[in-house]
Amino acid sequence: MSEVKIKLRNVNKSFGKKVVLRNLNLDVYKGESLVVIGGSGTGKSVLIKCIQGLLTPEDGSILVDDQEVVGIEEKDKEALHSKMGMLFQGGALFDSLSVWENVAFDLIENKGYNKKDARNEAIRVLRSVGLDPDVADLSPAELSGGMQKRVGLARAIISRPEIIFFDEPTTGLDPIMADVINDLIVESVKGLGATALTITHDMASARKIADRVAMLYKGEIIWQGTVKDLDKTDNPYVVQFINGRSQGPIKTGV
Amino acid sequence: MIILRKIENFLRRQGKPLVNFIFKVGELFIFISQTVYNCFTPPFYWRNFTRQVIDMGFYSLPVVGLTTIFAGMVIALQSYSGFASVGAESMVASVVLISVTRELAPVLSALMVAGRIGAAMAAEIGTMRVTEQIDALTTLSTNPFKYLVSPRVWAGLVVMPILVLIGDVIGIFGGYVVGVYKLGFNPANYINATLDELQALDITTGVVKAAVFGFIISLMGCYNGYKSKGGAQGVGEATTNAVVSSSILILIFNYIVTELFFSR
Repeated sequence: MSEVKIKLRNVNKSFGKKVVLRNLNLDVYKGESLVVIGGSGTGKSVLIKCIQGLLTPEDGSILVDDQEVVGIEEKDKEALHSKMGMLFQGGALFDSLSVWENVAFDLIENKGYNKKDARNEAIRVLRSVGLDPDVADLSPAELSGGMQKRVGLARAIISRPEIIFFDEPTTGLDPIMADVINDLIVESVKGLGATALTITHDMASARKIADRVAMLYKGEIIWQGTVKDLDKTDNPYVVQFINGRSQGPIKTGV
Repeated sequence: MIILRKIENFLRRQGKPLVNFIFKVGELFIFISQTVYNCFTPPFYWRNFTRQVIDMGFYSLPVVGLTTIFAGMVIALQSYSGFASVGAESMVASVVLISVTRELAPVLSALMVAGRIGAAMAAEIGTMRVTEQIDALTTLSTNPFKYLVSPRVWAGLVVMPILVLIGDVIGIFGGYVVGVYKLGFNPANYINATLDELQALDITTGVVKAAVFGFIISLMGCYNGYKSKGGAQGVGEATTNAVVSSSILILIFNYIVTELFFSR
């Protein structure tokens, strides 16, 4: 795990006067599953969007496979995205397309698959995330939250990406469904041999998915280590966060 | 000193809205240039284009038909009541023809389509924005401008002229119905008067206006949807802004195109 897949150096991002990421440094190694934990509004989603080139930092460097993402040109951005998959917090499934068309979107639009082959491949991947082929022709609005997450996962992995991002994968799910999604994420990431970057504030999810955990607080990585290190650390921020205590150095606005 | 301070305070109050206005104008021009560039560069999403043509064209036919037929009927009635007083009733067919083809069919159809389709575009794209579907498109190596905006703009450019041509025929037919069945004109004379007055310029003006209006409707629908922020409230604002801004621009560009064709 020595090869760095994603490298962030001194990344700064703000919206108006609100500083979201400040001098952020982080390495994600090839083949590892890194989980970034942190409270709401600490900049976790912004971090992922900066790495994907969806947001541009004011300052700093983001390297993916040694390719600079900050200021990347549009044509290079498409090539960059072709090696990435993403499971969005709300699924972000396209309402105007059926479930199988959502899953097979990249195959049809970018990889030149014909509809029949794309549909067969979509159904195969839907099966791999525990969904029955009967859901293939439904529209996303007809699915439950858990099913939408599975479809989103199927869409993220169908092109066998090298890097997969998971944005709050268990938010809004009951604990059992959350555990099912966590298992599927672990299976998919290990099966593909992909590098995974997950952001979450669900500690059960973090413990299950992560090889390594990093904590983001006020736009900075204030701690990182393995899952085992989580329970040994005496970092007061981490201790407060993983135990869900209201008392401690982390102050939340009410 | 007090006056100077008042002026300073006034300028300070005006500063932020002014900067915001300049920012918005700049943002719109960048959006237009990106739209035009992406309209002429591959790939082109035919399926999305076809869907927009059906939504914007086929499903707008009833509303365009109703608008133009009543516009033609009203013009026939109004012009008759005016011309009868000076003994120029024979001009009714000409007035209906010119009013419908040059002004009423393009402008009224465009305003109706702006309300129907411009709002729908802003709502759909705005919802896609706030539910991260546009980000999802980008992460799937698909340019949102080419996938969402370009097919809608092309559909607006192609469909509106066809709708207006159909509206021309229906509007003139409305005038004919009132002229013949209510005002007692001879049908053959009414048709001959219409055909005698028909000039290519009238139709061309209407078609050019329609293409411009189609571009405006699609552009403002996409722009307001694409830039929407927040949740349901942001999408609601985008929808309202799309209809209001495209309606105002339609009226402004109606004057500009008329000036280009008919100024001496």
